[in-house]
Amino acid sequence: MNDSPVRTLSYVDAIREATDREMARDENVILFGLDVDDPKAILGTTRGLADKYGAERVFGTPLSEDAMTGAAIGMALAGLRPIHVHIRMDFVMLAMNQLVNMAAKSSYMFGGQQHVPLVVRSIIGKSWGQGAQHSQGLYPFFMHVPGLKVAAPSTPYDAKGCMSAAVRDDNPVMFVEHRILYYQNGPVPDADYQVEPGRARIAMPGTDVTLVGISYMQVECMRAQRYLESAGVSAEVIDPIWLAPLDIDTIVASVKRTGRLLVVDNGWTTCGAGAEILAAVSEVCAEGPPLPMKRMGFAPVPCPTTPSLEAHFYPNARTIAAAAYDLVRGAPQGWLPAERDDLKSIEFKGPF
Amino acid sequence: MAVESIDPKLLERLYRSLLRIRRVEEEIARLYPGNDIKSPVHLSIGQEAVSVGVCEALEPDDVVFGTYRGHAMYLAKGGNLDRMIAELYGRIDGCARGKGGSMHLVDVAAGVMGTSAVVATTIPNAVGYAYAMKVKRDPRVVVSFLGDGATEEGVFYESLNFAALKRLPILFVCENNGYAIYTHQARRQATLDICGRVRAFGVEAQAIEDGDVFRIHETAAAALAGLRSGRSGPQFIECPTSRWREHVGPGEDFDLGFRSRDDEAHWFEKDPVAGLAAMMSPDERSRIDAAVEEEIAEAFARAARSPFPGPEELARHVFHER
Repeated sequence: MNDSPVRTLSYVDAIREATDREMARDENVILFGLDVDDPKAILGTTRGLADKYGAERVFGTPLSEDAMTGAAIGMALAGLRPIHVHIRMDFVMLAMNQLVNMAAKSSYMFGGQQHVPLVVRSIIGKSWGQGAQHSQGLYPFFMHVPGLKVAAPSTPYDAKGCMSAAVRDDNPVMFVEHRILYYQNGPVPDADYQVEPGRARIAMPGTDVTLVGISYMQVECMRAQRYLESAGVSAEVIDPIWLAPLDIDTIVASVKRTGRLLVVDNGWTTCGAGAEILAAVSEVCAEGPPLPMKRMGFAPVPCPTTPSLEAHFYPNARTIAAAAYDLVRGAPQGWLPAERDDLKSIEFKGPF
Repeated sequence: MAVESIDPKLLERLYRSLLRIRRVEEEIARLYPGNDIKSPVHLSIGQEAVSVGVCEALEPDDVVFGTYRGHAMYLAKGGNLDRMIAELYGRIDGCARGKGGSMHLVDVAAGVMGTSAVVATTIPNAVGYAYAMKVKRDPRVVVSFLGDGATEEGVFYESLNFAALKRLPILFVCENNGYAIYTHQARRQATLDICGRVRAFGVEAQAIEDGDVFRIHETAAAALAGLRSGRSGPQFIECPTSRWREHVGPGEDFDLGFRSRDDEAHWFEKDPVAGLAAMMSPDERSRIDAAVEEEIAEAFARAARSPFPGPEELARHVFHER
């Protein structure tokens, strides 16, 4: 891989390339879901694959998330390695029985006689009035259930490596994407590689506070790090990449260095990924000095559509920086950085 | 069916399979109060002819998916008896190493792909398996066993649609015992015409009203031949039948008042175990009876001798072990 050319790819093309490579490598890999073979090709992530691999291996499905998830499990039991795509994570709720009661449990409740190599892709939406049923980050549901793995890559590099690892995994993997991450561009080696489950990455080293950003909130944390830098605070930013299994050791080691932890979730905080991370860190660090810790996430309401309310629904780089600043200073400081043009969030515009 | 037209080998196989399932479950019921069986049991007694007739038409490497009332299907398809009883006893030699119990019987080597406690859940799994057979150009066929209650679940209709859309090599077998726990079909379904609903999805459907094991076998064999040759798309057979015991547990439920013994009397009269026994010579019959009794006694004895899983088993198999 060291000699492999590194290109700048978008998150979209990274997912598409990983899928293409895995399908070329293993004829058992198949790809389906609502609209994977239509002209929009799941925002480009499945473009060209139906033509390349044919309608048996790449196909759009009836609007039957429950049965198609069950069918994916049956295909996996028969030796295929399905990738099932949901353009909205919210639609995965129609498939919960199959995911929780069969996919997650088949290996265990059948005493190791069965296993389910399955990748379930789903995309979290944000902004332009997508609202209550198109903007949810529901991955904690899956973190809760033994037998499921959960990946939430935030960079093109990790998107490609996680997808390759997910397809090769012999267990069900929930592959969590975010609509705004589709605008990310970054270095991606041409070679095949895997970003294996259970390994977090320190995206930016720092000394004063640990920021853990999940999924799209990783991008906001990286921006927050810049705001904090200008205020004289050195933030270490960690991307967990995989939420299950979770690399708590990397987070704990960082917190022991910085002495402070702020987890920014891309969902609600109650029983969320941030809650899990704080609890795990608290348990491991129970014997040491008190650790200032905080969670941030969606406001505890359904996602509103109007921008005037949505602005208060999500954490952003500035509010994250302000919360981290208070953690470091030990008390509310009333500091909120002025918005910088170079650190503005991408404004998603419709129609979709 | 006229006795003289029946292949004696077929008669013997069907009788042996019916009797074996009946006697295994009667032993489960007899021993249940002793608490060695550490699992809820949904007995198939009264419904054996459906599994036996259909599975007789299958090849050993064909696969079946079923329900929590799955003892009959498991045994009829060739699932290992010793490992089934050990599973009910919660022992390490169980088919699921003591982690699945009666509701999650599995024997992949025998083509028993699994059963589920949640109604209708394995139906789409069977459909997906059939899709894989089609894509892999694998000649095996798939049978999805389901109950009448499952035909009220949305996933059943989603599954029918996809199976028909892709013309998959799958046979759906509805064991209609008339009750979802204690609630009759007529109190759950606006029309009782399950086959009519199925046909609306483009799936060929037929009912076998009398529970005759030979007719079930013949019908299944014809449907499966169509699937194997590619002449036909997915097939559906509804088999009205009768659950003689309670929904879950070893006893009867006629004292609860939701149905009477008289309601089921016509099914008792058609008891396939007694019916086929009467068709056989006494010598042949007693030879089979003795062999079945011996096999069952050994299975329970082996289960009782098998150790419980140790604590090291708790965390194993959450994820696949290569």
